[in-house]
Amino acid sequence: MDLVRKLGESAIKALFRLGRMGIFLAKAFAFSVTPPVKLSLLIKQIQFIGFQSISVIFLTGAFTGMVLGYQGFNTLSRFGSDAFLGPMVGLSLIKEMGPVISALMVTGRAGSSITAEIGIMRISEQIDALELMGLNPYRYLIVPRLLAAIVCLPLLTAIFDVIGIFGGYLIGVKMLGLSSGVYFGEMVSYVEMGDILEGLIKSLNFGVIIAWVCCFKGFHTGFYTGFGAEGVSKATTQAVVLSSVLILVWDYFLTSTRIFL
Amino acid sequence: MRKWDLEFTVGLFLIAGIICLSYLSIKLGRMEVFGAKGYDIHAFFSNSGGLKNGSSVMIAGVEVGRIKSISLEDYQALVVMSIAEGIEIQEDAIASIKTRGLIGERFVEISPGGGERIIPPGGRLRETQPPIDFEQLVSKYVFGTLE
Repeated sequence: MDLVRKLGESAIKALFRLGRMGIFLAKAFAFSVTPPVKLSLLIKQIQFIGFQSISVIFLTGAFTGMVLGYQGFNTLSRFGSDAFLGPMVGLSLIKEMGPVISALMVTGRAGSSITAEIGIMRISEQIDALELMGLNPYRYLIVPRLLAAIVCLPLLTAIFDVIGIFGGYLIGVKMLGLSSGVYFGEMVSYVEMGDILEGLIKSLNFGVIIAWVCCFKGFHTGFYTGFGAEGVSKATTQAVVLSSVLILVWDYFLTSTRIFL
Repeated sequence: MRKWDLEFTVGLFLIAGIICLSYLSIKLGRMEVFGAKGYDIHAFFSNSGGLKNGSSVMIAGVEVGRIKSISLEDYQALVVMSIAEGIEIQEDAIASIKTRGLIGERFVEISPGGGERIIPPGGRLRETQPPIDFEQLVSKYVFGTLE
C-alpha cells in the first residue's frame, strides 16, 4: 500500500513539474512577443551565447568535418565511390551533425552558466528583490536569454557547417588526394535548399530547448534541489543533462515526423 | 569602451553567422538572390524519371540553365527550363535526359539543331528523348529480346 502511495505521489509530482515547465515556456514566449523587450540585455546575451561560443564551435566544427572526411573517405573508397565524399560530408554536417553538436556545445558552455547565474540570483533572493521592486523577472532574465538563443543557434550552426565542410576539404582533398572539383561539385549537386532549411529549423528548436530548460532549472533552483550552493550545483547538472537528452530526443522526432519541415 | 567592445563583438558574430548562412544557401542550396537573368522554355517528356527542380541543363557539357519546375500535363511530364540570357536554342534542337556516370544524378542535355528559327522565351522544345531505362535494357539483354 505504501509503495502504491509513493508511486502515485511521485507521478503527481512529475506531472506538476511538467506543467510548471510548460507554463514557464508559455510565459517566456508571451513576454518576448510583447514590448518592451530589453534590447541592451538581449545584445549582452547574444555576445555571451553567440560570440563567446565561436571558438568552441570553430574547434569542434573543424575536427568533426576532418574526421568525417577521413572516415568517409576510408569507407567510400571500399566501394570505389570516394567521389561522393563531398555530398556525404556536406549532408551529414548540414542535416545532423551541425545542429546537434553545436547545440550540445552551447548547452555545455552557455547553458550551464545560464542555470548557475539565475540559480545564484534565486538563492541570494535577487529575483525576489526584482519582484518586490515591481519589475518582471521574466523580462529581465528569461526573455533576453530565450531570444538570444533563438538568434544565435542557427548562426552558430551555419558557422559549424561551413567550418566542417572546409575541414573535410582539408582532409579529403589536401591530404588524401581527392580532386577539389569533385569534392565541391558533387556536394553542390546533391545538397538542396530543403536540407539546409531542415538543419536551420532543427537548430532553432534546439535554441528554444536550451534556453527553456536552462532558464527553468535556474529560475526554480530552490524548489526542487534545496537552497544553498549544493542546490545550484544540482540544478546546473540537471539542466545540462536534461537539455542534452531533450536535444537528442527532439532531434529524432523532428527527423522522423518532419512536423516543421 | 566596454560598450563599444560589446557592440563590436556582437556585430562581428552576426556578420560571421550571416556570411556562413548565405554561403550555404547560395553556393550549396542554389538560391538565386539577384534573380538570375534568363528565359523559360518548355518541353514535354514521356518520362522525366530522376529529374529534380534545380537539375542542370547542359549543352556540350556546359551548364546553360536549370530545371525550374516539373509537372504532369496530359499524362506527360511538362518540364520548364530556365536558360541563361544569350544562349540561343534552335527549334529543331533535341532535349534528352541523361545520367552522369552509372548512378549519378540526372540532367537535361540539349543537342543543338541546325535550323534557323530560335525558340522564343516561353516557347516549346519539340524534340525530346526520355532517359534510357537501364533496368529494362538489362532485362532485355538477360532474357534475350534485344535485337
